Amino acid sequence: MLIYTIRRLLISIPTLLFIAFVIFMLLELAPGDPMAQMPLTIPPEVKEKMRLALGLGEPWWVRFPLWLKQFFVVEPQYWIDNAFGTNFADGAQRIISFQSRSPVFEIIAERMPQTLWVVGMSYVVGVLIALPIGIISAYRQYSVFDQAGTFVSMIGFSVPPFFSGVLLIVIFSVQLKWLPSIYDTTHVVSDWDSFVFQLRQMVMPVMVLALQTTAQVSRYMRASMLDNLTQDYVRTARAKGMTESVVVLKHVLRNSMIPVVTVIALGIPAIFGGAIITEQIFKVNGLGQLLIIALQGNDIPMVMTITFLLAVLIVMMNLIADVLYGILDPRIRYD
Amino acid sequence: MTDAPLSAVEKPRNQWWDVWAQFRTHKGAVAGLCFLIFITLFVTVGPILWDVDPGKLNIRNKNVRPIYMGLFGSDVKVAWANPMGTDNLGRDIMANIMAGGRVSLAVGWTAMILAVFLGTLIGVFAGYFKRLDGLLMRFTDLVLALPLLPLLLVMMLLFRDPLRATFGPENGIFILIVTGIGITSWMQTARIVRGDVMALKEREFVLAARSIGTPARRMITRHLLPNVMSPIMVSATLGLATAIITESALSFLGLGFPSDFPTWGKILFDSVDRMTAFPERVIWPGLAISLTVLAVNYIGDGLRDALDPRIRGQ
Repeated sequence: MLIYTIRRLLISIPTLLFIAFVIFMLLELAPGDPMAQMPLTIPPEVKEKMRLALGLGEPWWVRFPLWLKQFFVVEPQYWIDNAFGTNFADGAQRIISFQSRSPVFEIIAERMPQTLWVVGMSYVVGVLIALPIGIISAYRQYSVFDQAGTFVSMIGFSVPPFFSGVLLIVIFSVQLKWLPSIYDTTHVVSDWDSFVFQLRQMVMPVMVLALQTTAQVSRYMRASMLDNLTQDYVRTARAKGMTESVVVLKHVLRNSMIPVVTVIALGIPAIFGGAIITEQIFKVNGLGQLLIIALQGNDIPMVMTITFLLAVLIVMMNLIADVLYGILDPRIRYD
Repeated sequence: MTDAPLSAVEKPRNQWWDVWAQFRTHKGAVAGLCFLIFITLFVTVGPILWDVDPGKLNIRNKNVRPIYMGLFGSDVKVAWANPMGTDNLGRDIMANIMAGGRVSLAVGWTAMILAVFLGTLIGVFAGYFKRLDGLLMRFTDLVLALPLLPLLLVMMLLFRDPLRATFGPENGIFILIVTGIGITSWMQTARIVRGDVMALKEREFVLAARSIGTPARRMITRHLLPNVMSPIMVSATLGLATAIITESALSFLGLGFPSDFPTWGKILFDSVDRMTAFPERVIWPGLAISLTVLAVNYIGDGLRDALDPRIRGQ
């Protein structure tokens, strides 16, 4: 298992390098000029100097390794320096955003908590709703509850977040005036009232993202439970006189969770992608919104870094899912 | 079919009749098919019957509410000439929904066909030719590891202007969106087709065909492709649903078609700013997208059951 994990980790290095190269070359083709927003009164020779100052003068085979070095060497050094007060980085050039002229990772660190808070919370809520629905749907297959669950998950698959989010705003913010439509990220939770406010502003974005998760995870949970409920060991457990709750919740559930856990791990990158749209609807100033702003402003280092971070997340989650599968299910042997 | 009673000699039936008979028993799928036909007619035949130019401005007649709002209060501005109301520039919303739906559905179908074609091609090649398998599947895994939505956004932004210059504003964006969605969503089809082709390759009828010297080209088209038709069709319905949603998402993020060119996602995006005063303008296109995708998903569900010979005929 350990050897398998190490091998997978080693394989993921060329994969990530290739992905970084694809993203870099795609951005390299960009006809958009980061200097396009500058006033036209700037003389051409000054403009040329500004381009050089942005690091655009060098050809791509110089800039791509430089970016890799900055991403994998310089940025971790700064990170360690910040954490332990050392001086590894020694003033080396960091990845600088074209738009704000500040280090990309500092901006990402500012935006990260909002996204993590909304996305993470919605994923937890979605999974927590999905598991019982899946279990009951499978246990009472073809019952009214099962049919309703199927229908709800169909809706979850079909209604895109930009419509469900807008619909929730129309109903709960515009018509009923219960919940705020804009997520206020400057809000600080200090007492009970502000905590309630935080809860109220989180309900809608979390629910929109959770609907997607619930739809997917509850389907997998149901299918997995159905596979296990007909197994021989379930009959044995019942024959031994175990109560129904022990049979279902201990024997069947634990075995059914094996594929579901991997599905949950694999779904994490997808929900970050979905957050791009949800953040746009509820005006959350998280990573997704940062990406959109950077795209519109031709901020190539920012787009490159955020996209690559998402790719790292996908590759890592794939690896974690495969390793988890091997750990949880002793029948799986990778070696 | 082997265990059918021998006494009942029926006329030999095409297997697609059996599929259709099974499909009809799935109520959701039939409802979905009816809705898809309805919405297709609505956006294709509709503009012929409802002969209003979707782009025609009529400032005097702006912000007309839909007809049913007239029931609740007499002071609401409604007009029979605009059953779904008009927007802030006085454009007829019903005509816009029709025009937008035509684009959304066209993008969905074309992108789906492209994705399924690519997926089938790569899947069949990887499954049939052992030498290509490792390479093609490694490539599929790589593409699956790409963050697709951000890359699609990047592609939209980068290639918008050159394609617009070459093919004109509307066709350029159409080609861009269809290609973008197509080349980012073929991977699932490829994996499924590869698995099925590999399993089929071990069957006796393939061995028999090979023993009489069938060349690889005819082997694929005559023997393998017809047998992987059902998983391809199921993933095609899923692909249609995702393509419609992706196109609307791109339009919603402001990176799709130009602003005077309506699609469902674009109309939704343009109406969000005024949704406090005119919520119905958000609801119409949103409902159209959601119901179409729901219908397509149900059709996929029904097709999966109908094409599975183990379920069919029970």
